[in-house]
Amino acid sequence: MSSKPDRTAPLLWLLFSGGGTASAMLLPAMVVVTGVAVPAGWVAEDDLLSLIRNPLTRLVLVGLVFLFLFHWAHRFRYALVDLGLGRLGNQAWLFYGTALAGTIVAAVAALRL
Amino acid sequence: MTDQTVLEVYRYLPDEETESRFQSYEIAYQDDWVVLDALNYVKAEVDSTLSFRWSCRMGVCGSCGMMVNGEPKLTCETFVKDYDTETIKIEPLAHFPVIRDLVINMDDFMEKLPTVSPWLIPDEERPVEDGESLQTPAQVAHYKRFSMCINCMLCYSACPVYGLDSSFTGPAVLALAERYNLDSRDGGKKERAGVVTSHEGIWECTYVGECTEVCPKGVDPAGAIQMLKLSYSLDWAKSLVMPKGGGSA
Amino acid sequence: MTKELMRPLPRTWWLRKQNYLVFMIRELTSLAVLAYAVLLIGIMLVASDEASFSGLFDFLDSTTGVVIHVGLFVFAMFHTITWIALTPKVLVLWRGDEQIESDVIAGANSILFLVVSGGLLWVVLG
Repeated sequence: MSSKPDRTAPLLWLLFSGGGTASAMLLPAMVVVTGVAVPAGWVAEDDLLSLIRNPLTRLVLVGLVFLFLFHWAHRFRYALVDLGLGRLGNQAWLFYGTALAGTIVAAVAALRL
Repeated sequence: MTDQTVLEVYRYLPDEETESRFQSYEIAYQDDWVVLDALNYVKAEVDSTLSFRWSCRMGVCGSCGMMVNGEPKLTCETFVKDYDTETIKIEPLAHFPVIRDLVINMDDFMEKLPTVSPWLIPDEERPVEDGESLQTPAQVAHYKRFSMCINCMLCYSACPVYGLDSSFTGPAVLALAERYNLDSRDGGKKERAGVVTSHEGIWECTYVGECTEVCPKGVDPAGAIQMLKLSYSLDWAKSLVMPKGGGSA
Repeated sequence: MTKELMRPLPRTWWLRKQNYLVFMIRELTSLAVLAYAVLLIGIMLVASDEASFSGLFDFLDSTTGVVIHVGLFVFAMFHTITWIALTPKVLVLWRGDEQIESDVIAGANSILFLVVSGGLLWVVLG
């Protein structure tokens, strides 16, 4: 039995929790925007585009991508372990690495707007 | 009042068999019988080869835990009349090795129990002359519910994380760590961090939450583990900001 | 020493009981969170020029886009409800001698959810 603290676990758990809270609070409304408001024509294309190009919006979106991805990485990896697929689920770098790569792509995309 | 039912009991006799099997006992039971009474009746009157553990018969000792129709239960407080199924299936506690019939090997749990130092570790030694360490009712309230554990291990049988990988420290032991961490007389949080925050400790828990559902004493181990995660994570964050002053609070 | 019997947990353990099934669906809502993160990255990638942004609008307006969003909404709400239900377990707060009831904490988070959702829709649609 191990008695060594896992040094990365607190950070990953805080990111999982932060992402879980952010998505719990915001995701349903965001889905309503892209899934209802856009098809229903409640929001004009130009207005949405200028909102997305706003620097503050870009910063928020990159932050949300970061939190959402790390929430997914942590939760999904442990779900795989719980599904008896521990051999895949315990390849931690695969999941957190994907989350980090996705965040970098989002940041680069935001900077190029 | 008496009624009829069939107990479908898990049997494993290691000296005679290599596999487990189920054996049915049709019995007449009294209204006030618990499952343990029914098993004791079978052992006394029908089949003396049946083995199971029990002691106090009043929900305190934690010895008579078994799976009743697939749910971990203290059989001394589970009434036969509450089951309207045709048979009542009785198996040894899930996730533990079976020694014989309904008797499981609890060594793993017993070895884990002392690893979280489940006793008061005061910040500084107090001489006996100083008398009792007094606590206010509010200070007791902070840890009271986590102190009710009777080590019956029902929570381990309800926990799929432990069922898949028994290296997980598990619900009752981690709840006990939080019970002492929350005690105003205790200063051992840092000392417990080793086992509690190791890879096999709190981080393995994915909050299935069933440990809390089955606990006969209302301990809420799932909640205790969440509190431990938050508390040790905040300590970690504080230690980044204040490398020396951070840590145990 | 006689042989002890091991009873390994089958991989399908989560199908045995409703609580276990709800747990597994709850954990898999993280796939919806992933999907939306991917959509957000996509939105920022196409927002660099008007033509590709129009293409995105066409996609969101298509049947496929709407069907995907219906699924996303169900998973997102499942996540929100289960997440808020668990907040009292992590946020254990005391007011003097008394622990603040879990319904109060979950209720406050539900109100926060409604306010935040309203605020977001107001910013985007208002």
